[in-house]
Amino acid sequence: QKVSVEVLDHLEHLALVDFRDWEGVERLQKAIQFADQLHEVNTDGVEPMDSVLEDRWCLYLREDDVTEGNCTKELLENAREKVEEYFVAPPGNIPLPKLEERETFLQGS
Amino acid sequence: LAPWIPVVGLEIHAQISSNSKLFSGSRVQFAAPPNSLVSFFDASLPGTLPVLNRRCVEAAVMTGLALNCSINKKSLFDRKHYFYADLPAGYQITQQRVPIAVNGSLSYSLCIDNKMSQMVTKTVRIKQIQLEQDSGKSLHDDTRCQTLVDLNRAGVGLMEVVMEPDMCCGEEAAAAVRELQLILQTLGSSQAVMAEGQLRVDANVSVHHPGEPYGVRTEVKNINSIRFLAKAVDYEIQRQIEELENGGTILNETRAFDSKLGCTVPMRDKEGKQDYRFMPEPNLPPLILYDAKSLPANMNHQQVINIDWIHERLPDLPSVKREKLVEQYGILPEHSFTLLNEDGLAEFFESVVKQTQMKPKKVIGWILNDLLSYLKQHSLTVKESPVSSFLLADLLNLLEKKEISSTAAKQVLAELWKGEGKTPLEIVKDQKLELLQDQKELEQICQAVIDGQENEVIMMVLG
Repeated sequence: QKVSVEVLDHLEHLALVDFRDWEGVERLQKAIQFADQLHEVNTDGVEPMDSVLEDRWCLYLREDDVTEGNCTKELLENAREKVEEYFVAPPGNIPLPKLEERETFLQGS
Repeated sequence: LAPWIPVVGLEIHAQISSNSKLFSGSRVQFAAPPNSLVSFFDASLPGTLPVLNRRCVEAAVMTGLALNCSINKKSLFDRKHYFYADLPAGYQITQQRVPIAVNGSLSYSLCIDNKMSQMVTKTVRIKQIQLEQDSGKSLHDDTRCQTLVDLNRAGVGLMEVVMEPDMCCGEEAAAAVRELQLILQTLGSSQAVMAEGQLRVDANVSVHHPGEPYGVRTEVKNINSIRFLAKAVDYEIQRQIEELENGGTILNETRAFDSKLGCTVPMRDKEGKQDYRFMPEPNLPPLILYDAKSLPANMNHQQVINIDWIHERLPDLPSVKREKLVEQYGILPEHSFTLLNEDGLAEFFESVVKQTQMKPKKVIGWILNDLLSYLKQHSLTVKESPVSSFLLADLLNLLEKKEISSTAAKQVLAELWKGEGKTPLEIVKDQKLELLQDQKELEQICQAVIDGQENEVIMMVLG
């Protein structure tokens, strides 16, 4: 059962990954096959497990105090571009080029 | 032509009123220098982890209880993935599988035919309430073809309240949201001020013929006030009806409300159907809530949230407050509705009643007709009223003791609005508005008038 080109294209859009060449797609194929082994176990009526710690994994509740923030300068050090104290981003999401216009594996499939 | 049934559902995001954010310790504040209220976690720097704020959970439980929901003692957090510049992690932490509260209801009142005299009660089902993160803010700079991003809002706690499509028009949607707003403000779980983005509403609208399945629905966003909500919903219903009657089809799309033009327009940035790739949030275990029965013996109090404890401490909700006002003061339901609809008006009314001998049923007229209309004319809130409850009570006492007439009282009130610091009694004396009680004095005055107008009297006597 091969992964269809439509699914690969969909994944590239959603996750912005680039399968690049047939080796990349093969790797994905093998990963899916590996994970599919989970279906061999009958889990009818079994609640999904959140953690092997089960009840011992307690969610810690923090008090509603202000303890962080006020580090604008440090945060902006990571910005490639800034305007006053804002991060600068492109005007909207830049859409992935269409299938035909891409340089990598899926082009020409 | 077959009749159309409009169907309206709402998704409401209410910002939680808390000092710090949902999963981090940075401050929650409306106006602040850009990116000054941002922690490393909010900026999604690697190696940071979410830590749940107790106050946000309590706010959601209070709201769920007030809306008659079942509170899920075990709820889960998930990641909802999409790319946008104001969502630095590339996903939002939300509750998609098992939210904190489900299956509630909200009752609200409507006036029939715009007359305050007849009110009808409607109910809308609450599908669920979930905790989730707010995103940052994008400022679009079209001239320089860029977007400026401020993450101050990123990570602020939200309660998403999902209302089932039980409403049928803009008026119902507006009334339901107004009631929710009052409830949230009474609980204190959210200040719910729409103008500051603390309450955001998206409407889902569709139309169909009776007996047929529901039509394709559109989602309407960018609604900035309760008034615009009613307009946007009604416009969209009309648009869909006209489109279908002209043989067109409705696209399952997202539209934005343009308040200047009073219409909805398709939103540009939505590329096809979104696949959010929901997955459990691996850094957060299930949220466990307790009640009196299930309370664990040996746990640190600070780590335990007791639903029953919260339930016992819920304040009177607006609907209960209205009933109490009607019962206690003998006013009409429509009156108590208006009292609660204006911030501070109910307290003002009660304060006046305490300070005057005039019956509440008479006081209410002065509050709703005179005070409220004056405030509305000058766009003032009750808090900004130049006439205090003390002054008004003072005036009403003069009226009640028959020291002045009703007409005179209105004149005094008009003078009091000027806020010059005079007391009602001083104004009455200045303008000589006292009612004369002395019979002899009255006769003398009448006789003087007659004597001074001899000719007119003769004319009248002759017929």
